[in-house]
Formats: sequence, structure tokens, C-alpha cells
Amino acid sequence: MLRQKQFVKKTKSGKVLKVVKEHYLRDDIWCSVETCKACDQTEAVLTATPSINKLFSLPHYIIPDTNIFMNQIDVMEKSQITNVIVLQTVLEEVKHLSLPIHKRVRDMISNKEKRFFVFSNEHHRETFIEKLKDETPNDRNDRAIRVATKWYGNHIKNLNPKVSVVMMTDDVANRAKAEADGLQAVSVRRYIEALEDDDLLDMMSDVKGLDDGQQTIYEEHLSPAHLSGGIKSGKYYQGKLSISGHNYLEGSIFTKVDGVENTILIVGREHLNRAVDGDIIAVELLPKSEWRRTPTGVVIDEEEEKEEEENLKAEQAAAAAANEDKPMTDATKSTTDEESKLDTPQPCGKIVGIIRRNWRQYCGFVDRKSVHTTPGSTAPINVLFYAMESKIPKIKFRTRQAHNLLGKRVIVSIDSWPRTSRYPIGHFIRVLGDAGDKSTETEVLLLEHDVPFHEFSKQVLSLLPEEGENWVVKPEHFAGREDFRSLNVCSIDPPGCTDIDDALHVTPLPNGNYQVGVHIADVTHFVKAGNVMDQEAASRGTTVYLVDKRIDMLPSLLGTNLCSLRSNVERLSFSCIWELNEEAEIVNVRFTKSVIASKASLTYEEAQNRIDDERMQDDVTKGIRTLNMLAKKLKKRRLDMGALTLASPEVRFSLERDTQDPVDVEMKELKETNALVEEFMLLANISVAGKIYEKFPNSAMLRCHPTPPAVNFEKLEKAVARLGITIDHSTSKTLSDSLDNAVIPEEPYFNKLLRIMTTRCMMQALYFCSGSKTEAEFRHYGLATNIYTHFTSPIRRYSDVMVHRQLHAAIDPNVTYGGELTDKDNMDELCGVLNHRNRMAQQAGRSSVELFTHLFFKNKVEEEEGYVIRILKNAFIVLVPKYGIEGIVYASAKTPRSTSGDSSSSAAAPHPILVYNPETDSLQSTEPLAEGQTPKSQIQLFQKVMVQISIDDDLKGGGEGGMRQKLKMDLLKPWIEGISVHGICNKDDPEAHACTATAAAAAAANGDDSVKKRENPEVAQRGSSKRSKA
Amino acid sequence: MALTGLRIDGRRPGELRKITSTTSVLSQADGSAYLEHGNTKVLAAVYGPREARHRALVVHDRAILNVEFNVAPFSTGERRRRTKNDKRLLEMASFIKQSFEPVVIAALYPRSQIDIYLQIIQQDGGILQACINAATLALIDAGIAMTDYVCACTAGWVEREAVIDLNHIEESSDTSEVTIAMLPKSNKVTLAQMESRLHVDKLEELLSLASEGCKQIHQVLDKTIRDRAEDLAQKMAV
Repeated sequence: MLRQKQFVKKTKSGKVLKVVKEHYLRDDIWCSVETCKACDQTEAVLTATPSINKLFSLPHYIIPDTNIFMNQIDVMEKSQITNVIVLQTVLEEVKHLSLPIHKRVRDMISNKEKRFFVFSNEHHRETFIEKLKDETPNDRNDRAIRVATKWYGNHIKNLNPKVSVVMMTDDVANRAKAEADGLQAVSVRRYIEALEDDDLLDMMSDVKGLDDGQQTIYEEHLSPAHLSGGIKSGKYYQGKLSISGHNYLEGSIFTKVDGVENTILIVGREHLNRAVDGDIIAVELLPKSEWRRTPTGVVIDEEEEKEEEENLKAEQAAAAAANEDKPMTDATKSTTDEESKLDTPQPCGKIVGIIRRNWRQYCGFVDRKSVHTTPGSTAPINVLFYAMESKIPKIKFRTRQAHNLLGKRVIVSIDSWPRTSRYPIGHFIRVLGDAGDKSTETEVLLLEHDVPFHEFSKQVLSLLPEEGENWVVKPEHFAGREDFRSLNVCSIDPPGCTDIDDALHVTPLPNGNYQVGVHIADVTHFVKAGNVMDQEAASRGTTVYLVDKRIDMLPSLLGTNLCSLRSNVERLSFSCIWELNEEAEIVNVRFTKSVIASKASLTYEEAQNRIDDERMQDDVTKGIRTLNMLAKKLKKRRLDMGALTLASPEVRFSLERDTQDPVDVEMKELKETNALVEEFMLLANISVAGKIYEKFPNSAMLRCHPTPPAVNFEKLEKAVARLGITIDHSTSKTLSDSLDNAVIPEEPYFNKLLRIMTTRCMMQALYFCSGSKTEAEFRHYGLATNIYTHFTSPIRRYSDVMVHRQLHAAIDPNVTYGGELTDKDNMDELCGVLNHRNRMAQQAGRSSVELFTHLFFKNKVEEEEGYVIRILKNAFIVLVPKYGIEGIVYASAKTPRSTSGDSSSSAAAPHPILVYNPETDSLQSTEPLAEGQTPKSQIQLFQKVMVQISIDDDLKGGGEGGMRQKLKMDLLKPWIEGISVHGICNKDDPEAHACTATAAAAAAANGDDSVKKRENPEVAQRGSSKRSKA
Repeated sequence: MALTGLRIDGRRPGELRKITSTTSVLSQADGSAYLEHGNTKVLAAVYGPREARHRALVVHDRAILNVEFNVAPFSTGERRRRTKNDKRLLEMASFIKQSFEPVVIAALYPRSQIDIYLQIIQQDGGILQACINAATLALIDAGIAMTDYVCACTAGWVEREAVIDLNHIEESSDTSEVTIAMLPKSNKVTLAQMESRLHVDKLEELLSLASEGCKQIHQVLDKTIRDRAEDLAQKMAV
């Protein structure tokens, strides 16, 4: 049977089009119940005997409506919910409303255990309905759901009278209509309550139940039509909100204002108007008189005051929590203050509407103070949740197990943010584990950085070679490959490396030149474009390395075995073969797929030893020596071209074998052989980049490193100028030279320090699609090359996988490929994803190091030499090279950190001992100075100081189970009255570092009064807020 | 489609759209046909064999085939007029001509010309196949000797699944689509046309699907002709 669908559509250009579609109705859509004889089905999804709920006498299938998926997706995903019939009407509506949720529904449908069946009711002759006159689309869809439910009910009754269907909807009117039709209908809440599962109950989102009856706080958002009109006319500005990492009440968007790219600041709760970091928002500019000259914390303060007043009246839970805002904003004021003063006022705006939400699941902890029932009570209460990311506002949710959640890391998601609620309203999802526990915290940081770390799905694993571990290179693999098994290939990697993706060889040629080959694991042989494994790898983007574990991009069978170029096994590889002359200049280059058999897999150290040990005269060793010779020449030429040698304080932990607890920290050491491998990898990447750009001028995946803007260097230049050193950053060559010349003989670490700080002035290197930039923008600043890509690590980076495919297409005319390699927009999008994943992976790695540093310093107090690397308005940052850690040392008297902010807001607070001098960018003591006299004490950039490192136990959210622990640094030397602390260990004692546990005990015994004060920060704040009010 | 097994309009991958066809719809022409593939509607008229328009084109031992193809400006949602010399139109016409040349027994009509006029009235994907099928009906209606029917069908990859008889929405989402015209009795292919990239390994599957489709179309066309013939026979008997 045929129906026509007709509707009128407006195109992008504004034309009105009439669209006519055919719509076929069928008789052969089956019900998918296992025992159904009436339907001619192949693979039944629904079991014959579905689950029972106390509410209904019969076992039943559930038919949810659209809003159930939209609002309660977390509940639906739980394993308790099975045998669900997803109507096509519902699925299409979900798709229309939210693509992420649609994806989650699709995932559930493809999960066989969930037993979700899609019933194409819109194409079924008996369940299709025409829209009635005066019926809204929503009403029509609700009716379609009821009709389908009815059909199912009758169909199943004929089949087995002991089974029924239940329609699940939260719409009261719809339920009433359904019951009038003789259908069974139920709300989610009643259904779940009857299941008697606290976990599930907590996971339900409930918008109404949490309303605390307060007055409206926020302005209403404008309608989408209004917004798009406003954006078009230039009245509003659209952008992605990024909240300041220091202050969750300050956000900004980057957009074009009057044709110039600029940042619009959005400050304060009202102006932010319920937007959360990452939302796409529409902003209206405030009048110029309200623009900010400096991004100080003053406005925030006012806001906080007001809030405080309000809170006196507000309910107890909310009040206690709002107070907590204080330390967060105050502690950060110091860091925002030091930003250079702006000559022109910064445009400020307020959010008038939200175009797209970016809500996801957040990990954090429950605020102890918001839990005010007696332990053991299971009455549902509202609690406040702090996300680990400071950018996310507190989230209010309702739970019955508040006491069980204390001291745990939990995941919560946001459901809504009504105008009457100060905080967004969410629901509980699950508990990760105890706060402070190593594995829990690791999981937290993975979640926080959006790193996908779930196990590989069965579908992905099913794509691995059937032979598994026993896979070997077979004769058919040699088709289209060169046989390099006889070459003396070897790999050099860090110790303990199992995913070896590169190997090298060199052969002297009769003409005096050298044939050098870089062989890269041929991952694309196993990971075919577009399949599930490929999609999974693309979404993971990169392997994430944490201190104690690795989150693989590819299943480990591939990563550490089949692709890994281990020694003495035959492996498939993608080779880049050069002919280099004695001066390491490229005579020619070619690329080919190949089969190799590595002769040795060495560590950097082993390789170094082989080079140094003259008794070793085997072919592999000789090869390494030749490679080393060539690498040195390559490196020299590269440095002459202006490549930068930068540095970062990287550390390596030695972990205890069983507990994986860190027992020692050491700086990562670089050997000559590191540079050897690196040189050839760079060479391969550059050669490949040229080749794929030639073949895919519009869609090659390349990597660029933009030239850093001059402002990035301003501070550093000023600081080193005082030491008589100049930095010329006009080109990478001049920068590199000035870095080489910046040596202070008596301070050997200075040069390294300067390089570390120069690194921080750099821009991020980025993947991009060649069609999206001009050729001049391709340049890689740090490596001083005009074109660059990533080719050499396909096991751990998806970009390399893509480059492998493009290179293969470039060298082999028989390769077939489609849009995945040629489509510029797709490639652009992929680059965006990879850049994001990369950044997140880096940050996760850093956070992991931080976590282990904290574990390492637990119960320890160390004294160490450090350098001042940044001056803030009321503090300075010290880098301790030995551990590669940084910490803030506060300059405003020795007060507890949690209340230090009061120093600026109330007169009663201790006055700062050191003040910021913008002219010299230093902190100076405040005593009156005569002309030309240097201040008694001052802190300057690069100054060498002694600090005492310990773990700050002052945790937000009420002690244990709150925010992550912070590293605390206290100044020992130079001695500044009021700031410095007395060392516990005698600093002349060469074995000072040994006394650790006892030192901690001593610190406790010392009875440092700051510790005492910190124990009850709430009391301290209460006092101060009263004071400032008066 | 992966979830329900149904295409956007409710068909299964190997299903054709509804075909309706009638012949002798125009009295002026020697043969004519009207054919619908779902919402794609085409009118075909055949004139001839008749005296050739231009002396110069006359071939002494057979008839020449002339195809003119036109698209009505109102055939799409957005009104668009095409000039007569639009290269796309000429190309389509030559495809159609090409697919009929081996089938029409031109040697029976020396020094003459057979004109096929095709008019697209409404478009919803699969224009070429509709034109060829309509032209077949019109040629038969005109009583022109042919060795076989020429049946055309499209097939393509939509969301990683091979489907036949693509509608406009399926065609427009960057699909690799192939149109083949074949002679259902001998299984010979007279036209295979594709304008996008497709992996060689995947072509085979499309071709076999499309030829399945051609056979289904053949049955429909054949029934139309037989019904018409029966109708005529009855009228003559009266």
C-alpha cells in the first residue's frame, strides 16, 4: 500500500519548497517475539517471557515514548531494563531532538543482551496513522505510539495471553488517553519504584521534585527563531562558551566583533545565565560603560556578597554550599589579577540564549555539608555535587543513599536548569570508588579528560584475525609487498615498550651512498577503513599513557603483538626507503609496503652500549653506528635550519612491583640513541608529508605548528633582559640561536629553565587538512620545516593510520578508496577530533603524573631547590627540577590558604608582605625605599629558592573525600619574615632528604596554627563574611 | 536502515517502487506510453518509421534512431528551465539511443527514421531507467520490430547496503549508483552507466541486483503490453 507524504520545507537560501515523498506501508513487519508463529521472522529479539514488575499481573514488554529516552536515557541503559520495543516514531523523534542520545539508543539496540527491538510502526499497514486535521505533530506521534501499543497488545494476546505490553510515558494526558483505550500505561517513576532498586531510583532525573520554590534567578532564554534572527542581524554573537579554568563565574567566547576577532567576556552568574562550559550560546554585548578594563576579581566579589545575603534567607543546604563558592573564586583571583592590564576595555556580554547544550556526565563528589540527615537514613534528600573540573557549576541532585556517597567519587549528569534554580539539576549515575584511591582517581582523571577507556566491544574484537596470537605472515601477504626479511632491521625503544611501531636499517651501497629504511608497523593491513574497529580507533584518537597504565587505541592483540615489530618474527610493515649520501642528504626516496623480520629490539641504553662497545662488530651494531653518524649530520643540518631544542621537566616514576605505588622519581634522561631514532622519524614524516600532499592537495592530513605571536614572549623577554640576555623570536632560527647563547656559567640549570619557559610560550601543534590552510600556514615552527605530518606511530595515533592510508593510495594505483581520504570536510572534522583527543590525552598524562607525585609526597616533607618561573600578584610559582613539579607560594603572609582571599576583601586580614611591582615584574617588600635603594627582600623570575614540599590536606567539601589533594610549597630561603617557614630538616644536612616520615610527624606536632584553622574553614568564612557586611 | 531493515520510504533493499504504466496515451503519435516509477513520471512518444527529416542523415539500408529527451521545468520541487541544448539532456538522449540501437531491427525500415520523444513530468530519482522503460513500451506500442524488451534498473550503495531503484533522497546522499539496461530474454546488457567511484569488488553485487530488478520490471512491462493486446483483441472481436 502506498501513501504520499507531503510537506513544505524552507531551504537555506530562503526558498520555500514542496517536498513529496513516497511512504510504503507493509504487511511483512514482524513483531520479533521469539515464539510468534504469525510473523515470518528470522531473528527474534524479544524473549517469549519478558520480565515481571509488581505493578502488572503479567510479564510484559515495554513501549517507551520519546521523552522517556530524552530524559531517562541513563535508566534505560541499565541492565535491568530489557525487552523494550522502540517504535520508529520514537526513534525518529529522538534523532531529531538529540543526536548523542540517538546514538546511545542505537547502541542499546545493537546490544543483543538488552533486547531492544525497533518496530517500524510507521511502515506497518495497521499501525500507520494519518495526521488529523487540527492535530499537532506531537499529538499525532503520541497517538501513533498508542496505536502501535494497541496493535502489539492484540497481536501478543493472540499469541500468548499470558504476556502483555506496557506503554511507558511521563505525560499524564497521554496516559489517561491510553487507559481510556484499554491500554496499560505507567510512568517511569512508578515503574522503577516497583522494581525496588535504589540505584535505579537515584538515576532517574526528576525536574519538578527538586524545585526549592525560590524566586526566579535567571532571565528567560530567547526562542531559537529569535536567536537566529538576532545572530543574522548582528545583534547577538554566537560562540562556544569556555569557562575560565580559575573561576567558574567567568566565561568567554571567541568571535568576530565588528569584523575583528575578539574575546567577549561574560562575568557573573546572571550574565552566564545557566550556560555550562562548552555550550554553544548567543551573547548580547553590554553597553561600553560596563566593559571591563582589567579582568580582576572585583565583580565576582560583589556577586558573592549578594549571594551571601541571599543565602542567609535561603535554605540551609543551599546556604552552606554557596559559602563554598568563596575559596574557589578567591584562590583564583590571585591568578587572574596578574594578567597584564588591558589598555582597551574588554568587551563584556550577557548570554541571551543557548543554541546547543554540551551537557555530559561529570565526575566529582558529594558535598558533605549538603547532607543533613542522620547516617543510615534512606529518605530522599537533595545534595550538592562538585565536579572535579572547576569549570562546572555545582549540581543539585536527589538521592536516597547520600551517606553512602560521601567520600566517594561519583558520576552525575545534568538534566535541566530551570530559571528558579541556582544550580543545575541532575541525577546520579554511578559510584566510581573511594576518593583518594589510586585506581578510582585514575578513572576519575580519564573521565575528566573525556578519554574513552571502556573495553573494546565484541564487534571490534571480532574483526581481529581469527588466528589470534598465532597469526603469521603467509605467502599471500607478499602480494604487493617487498621482501625485506634479509635486511638487518632493528628497533630502538624505551625500556618496557611493547608496542614497537618503528624499526630501522641501513645498507651501504656500492656507490658509497647508504640505503636507509624506516619501517613502520602496517596497522592499516589489519584496520580497514570504515569498519567498527576503525571507527573505534578514530574516536579514541590516540593511546593515552598514564603513569601506571596505558589506554590503548587498538586492541592489544594488534598493538603489542601482530603489529608490533618485535625481533625475530616476520611482520608486515610500511617502509620508507631513502638513498642518503655521505653528508646525509637525500638522493632519492621511495615508499613501499613490505615484510620485515627485525633482528633485534633494543632499548635506548642497549643501543647506546652497542655503539660505545668497540668489541661489538656484528652487522646490526655496525648499522646502528652508521645510522648514528648519519643522524648526527641530519640533526646538525636541522638545527642550522632553525629547529628548536625545547625542554620540559619530564619525570619518570619507579613503581613498586605489586602495589604500583610510586617509590622514586627521576627526570627522564635523553641518550644519543633517542636522538638517532627521532632524526629518522622526522625525516620519514617530512618525506611522507610531501608525498601525500602531492596526491591529495585538498585533503592530506598534515601537522603544523604556528609561529607564536610576539605577546607570548613579552614577559620572558623582560625577565631575561635583567640578566643581560636577549631573546630574538622573530624566526625559529634566531630564537634557537639566542637560546643557545643564553648561558649563565654559575647557573648550569638556567639554560634548561629558559628552554622550559620558552616551550610554554609556544603554540600548540595541530593536525589540519591541507585544503583548509594556505601553504604558508603549513609550516612547523618548532621543527623548522615547511611541511610535516605524523606517519611513524600508527599503533598509538589515529592520524598516522590516516596518513598510512593516504600514502598507500599515493603509491599504489590499484588501491581503492572513497570519501574517507578525499573529502575535505570529513578530514577537517577528523582533525578537530584528533586535536581534541590529543590535548586531552596530554592533560590526562600530566594529571596522572600529578596524582602520582601526590602519592609520592604523601606523609613526606621534602626540602628542595627550586626556581621562580612565574610571578603573580600575590604569589609566585616555583618549579622544582628534581621532581618536575610546580607549586604556588603565597606572598601574603602565612595564612591558611582557604581564607587567604579575605586579605583583599576585608581590612581585618593580614596585609600582604610582598607586593607586586609591575615595572620589574617582581614581588617586593613594602618598606619605604629611598631612591636607588633595592628593597630588602624581593622575588624575581629565575630566582633560586629553597622550598619545603608537602601535601596540603586542606580539602574542599569538608575534608576527606573532597577535592583532590594539593601540593603545598613553603618558602625556606630566602628568609622573608611572615612568609617563610622554618625548615624541619637542617638544610646543611646532606641527608636531609632521607628524613621523611618523621618529618611529617614533626609537622603535626609543631602545631602549626594554620593547620588548625584549616580544619574548619566554614567557621572562618562565616566570620569574615559577617565582618565585611558590617 | 541497519536497525529496521527498511529504507527511508519503507521498502526493503531489493524492492522496486510501485510501477504503473499504460500505452497508447497519445493519439497523434504512432506509439506512446506513460510510466511511473513511484513518483518519477515519464511520457514517451514514438513517431515512425517515417521519412527522414534531413536527407543527409538517410541510411540506405536501415532506419535511423533519433531520441529527444526533455525535462519539464515543473518536474522538481524547485522550478528550473533547461535549454534544449543542455549537455546533460543530450547525454541522456544518447544513452537512451545507445541502449535501443542493438534491439530495434532497423534493417526492416530502410531509408527511414524513428523518433522517440521522452518527457519527464515529475522527478524522484531514476530518470534514465524510467525513460528507457517508457521508450520500450512506446516502441512496442508503435509496432516497431524489436528483438527483445529493453528493461532498465538502477542499483546503488546506500548506507553500506546494496539497494535497487533508488529514489531521489537515496540518490542525493553521495551514493555510487549504476544504471543498467538489459534484454531480459538473453540477459545481455545494452547499457551500464555510472558516474561515481565504486570499488570493483562491489560492482559485481550491484550488477546482479540490478539485473534482478530488470527482470521484475520486465514482468510488469510485459503484463502492461499483454493487457493492452488483450483489450485490443476483445475490441476487434466485437
